[in-house]
Amino acid sequence: MELSELANASGEWLRGSGPESDIVISSRIRLARNLADFPFLSRANESDLAAIEQQIQKAVDSLKADGRLQETTMFIDVGGLPRLDRQFLVERQLISRELAESNGSRAVVIDPAEKFSLMVNEEDHLRLQVMQSGLNLREGWEQMNRLDDMIEEHVTYAFSDRLGYLTACPTNVGTGIRVSVMLHLPALVITRQIEKVFKSLQKINLAVRGLYGEGSQAMGDFYQISNQITLGLTEEELITKVGDIVPVLIDYERQARGFLIRESHETLHDRVSRAFGILRTAQTISSEETMHLLSSVRMGVNLGLIPDLTIPTINKLFIHSQPAHLQKITGELMDKTDRDIERASYLRRHLNGTESNGGPTRN
Amino acid sequence: MLKCQKCDRQATFHITDLIDGKPKELHLCEDCAQKFLAPSADDSSEVMPAMAGLLAQHLAVGETADQLARLDQRRCPICSITYLEFRKQGRLGCPNDYEFFTQELEPLLMNIHDQTHHIGKVPKRCPQGADQQTQLIRLRREMKEAIASENYERASQLRDEIRQIEAESRG
Ligand SMILES: [Zn+2]
Ligand SMILES: [Zn+2]
Repeated sequence: MELSELANASGEWLRGSGPESDIVISSRIRLARNLADFPFLSRANESDLAAIEQQIQKAVDSLKADGRLQETTMFIDVGGLPRLDRQFLVERQLISRELAESNGSRAVVIDPAEKFSLMVNEEDHLRLQVMQSGLNLREGWEQMNRLDDMIEEHVTYAFSDRLGYLTACPTNVGTGIRVSVMLHLPALVITRQIEKVFKSLQKINLAVRGLYGEGSQAMGDFYQISNQITLGLTEEELITKVGDIVPVLIDYERQARGFLIRESHETLHDRVSRAFGILRTAQTISSEETMHLLSSVRMGVNLGLIPDLTIPTINKLFIHSQPAHLQKITGELMDKTDRDIERASYLRRHLNGTESNGGPTRN
Repeated sequence: MLKCQKCDRQATFHITDLIDGKPKELHLCEDCAQKFLAPSADDSSEVMPAMAGLLAQHLAVGETADQLARLDQRRCPICSITYLEFRKQGRLGCPNDYEFFTQELEPLLMNIHDQTHHIGKVPKRCPQGADQQTQLIRLRREMKEAIASENYERASQLRDEIRQIEAESRG
């Protein structure tokens, strides 16, 4: 499987099919792990990094040979990738910006269905990540736990009885787990309740982060909730901590949407329709504007204000309209001006007429 | 002119490294040689703001400048990181640091996690002899240093030790 094939596909977690997927985009679980017989990244030199990468590659190869990982599982040397491909993997949320920006022996292992990825030599030797569509942390943890066990058959993790899995940063020590859920909360933003929600989450030690696109502008009402503590609670307890709060947030968002429908139906319907109108007709459009408008349209689809458009299509447009994706899909390097024109054309093609087969165009 | 094996500049450093236990000649320019020999600087060693705050807070509590200076000089015998370096970058150097700096880290962990003991998952294969694993980190570092100072006799002694431990832990 090649990166360019990945560009045209859309990962499992983008399908928009999981529980509560009108509001919950995806559930992710990440584990931080280090090999016991190497220094952490800050003290590792290039030959250590190369040896670590080699060990992981060996482990992955032998798991593939046993048929426990799919034959099409990709092992990608990130250090050797052109900039565009790195950015593509960041947009796809398969690697972090940190990994994309560093050089030398860095790698990522990618499941062909994008159910998991495994970063090598990021902040820790290993960062395992499992992605699920919608709210699905239980299944995510089962998969993650199995993946972790499989890797561990081939390597020895740095672990202490007292402190658990040892990580480069003390904020991750213990379980090394980061449980996060990506939520779409446009109505809480419109009704100005989002700040209040943030504050109450911080009180119970949960972190909230906005999703950022190109540049550093917040991107269309998406928020990621995750645990801050990693030590002194079990993995299951930490998953429950995050998992228990999500239905509460979903409920708030639904109430806010209900309020908007009741109290300002015309204003809401107008906002959604205008957003849809711009996306279907614009001739040049930035990625920020696209995110904001798609966010409104997404809510409109969930509220039945826009017929004939599906959540999976919108989820796909969010990802495919980002700069590196556009360039991978068209197979051309483009500057910002050309990207904005291509993005508008891409959106028109996919939002006018039938959407499944790439769609006929009106221009 | 002998070209650098990593870029195309002139190679001015000729290093013998032991790769898979066999000495291998490397010809590198000055920049590439430095990168190769020095611990790779973590590009994004910028400390998470929360973490920097916690470190500052932790150190403010009841420590005199003298105590702090002495504490900052403590150096892990395995990876050779000092406490000062940890404070600056917010990242530890090796698994042994959790033991070596245990007194300093305890209040920090309490601050971050409200807890100081792990109760979650345990790996099926615990590093039997965690000492051996950290010894490997130390020996590899010493071997690198021996090679850098062209002390090949010492380097090959160290290489044999490393091989022996690797063979034992594999068994
Ligand atoms: Zn060079
Ligand atoms: Zn150390």
